[in-house]
Amino acid sequence: MEKECAKREVTQGMENQICVEFDAISENEGLARVIIAAFLSRIDPTVDQVEDVKMAVSEAVTNAIIHGYGEKGGRVVMTAKLSCDGELAVDIIDKGVGIEDIGQAMQPLFTTGADKERSGMGFAFMEAFMDRLEVESSPNEGTCVHMWKSFITGQIASQPILQAAVWNRSGRV
Amino acid sequence: MDRNMEEFAIIDNYLCIRMPGEVDHHGAASIRECADRLILDDKVKNIVFDFEDTTFMDSSGLGIIIGRYRKISCFGGKVYAINTNERIGRLLKASGMSSIIEILA
Repeated sequence: MEKECAKREVTQGMENQICVEFDAISENEGLARVIIAAFLSRIDPTVDQVEDVKMAVSEAVTNAIIHGYGEKGGRVVMTAKLSCDGELAVDIIDKGVGIEDIGQAMQPLFTTGADKERSGMGFAFMEAFMDRLEVESSPNEGTCVHMWKSFITGQIASQPILQAAVWNRSGRV
Repeated sequence: MDRNMEEFAIIDNYLCIRMPGEVDHHGAASIRECADRLILDDKVKNIVFDFEDTTFMDSSGLGIIIGRYRKISCFGGKVYAINTNERIGRLLKASGMSSIIEILA
């Protein structure tokens, strides 16, 4: 345990991982957003960064509920991992119908939910608001959406300046 | 799951819809149903979406706006988005919505 604490100081931010499983009902879209925002709060992200991730998670969870399970219920799993170097990896996993043609599904404005007034912008938003997006899917087995976003820029901007101020003991940079 | 009708007001031929704090798929259906009922019942020509209370919106919000736009634009109606915060304004512009609706921040 002591060893663990010492390591934490050296790496300035330990790896952290969560896994949440919830019912595939629309009420839980908001819950998923709140969970991911709370999970991120430890690394002190900007408001815009948090909103970007909330948006992407909201789209992926909504897709799982509407398209994966056809709004008939099921279970959605969200895993999130923050690595030591400040990169977030989020996976949204469902065991629903899967996607026949992933390339087509990811086309902006393509939707199978036109009758439900889906805009067809879900994957486009996930791509736009995260750094990287990968989709794995097999028909009748389910879909896994992997997303990554780096928060390293915030750390680079703030920490060296603070450290420099400490090192030259002037308090000024 | 009806929405509070105070969030919908008809002023002249404008239907004003006060959007909730978070616009997602969860709340989209009830906003759509209420709005469409009013569009049918009354002589609504234009629609104003008021985003004053809204801090979060995903693509479901775009679906609501596009759907209402389709319903009223064929009769020459216009759609407005008002009181959008910086982020929602940016989202509406980046997604090309500004070509079919008027955004007044």
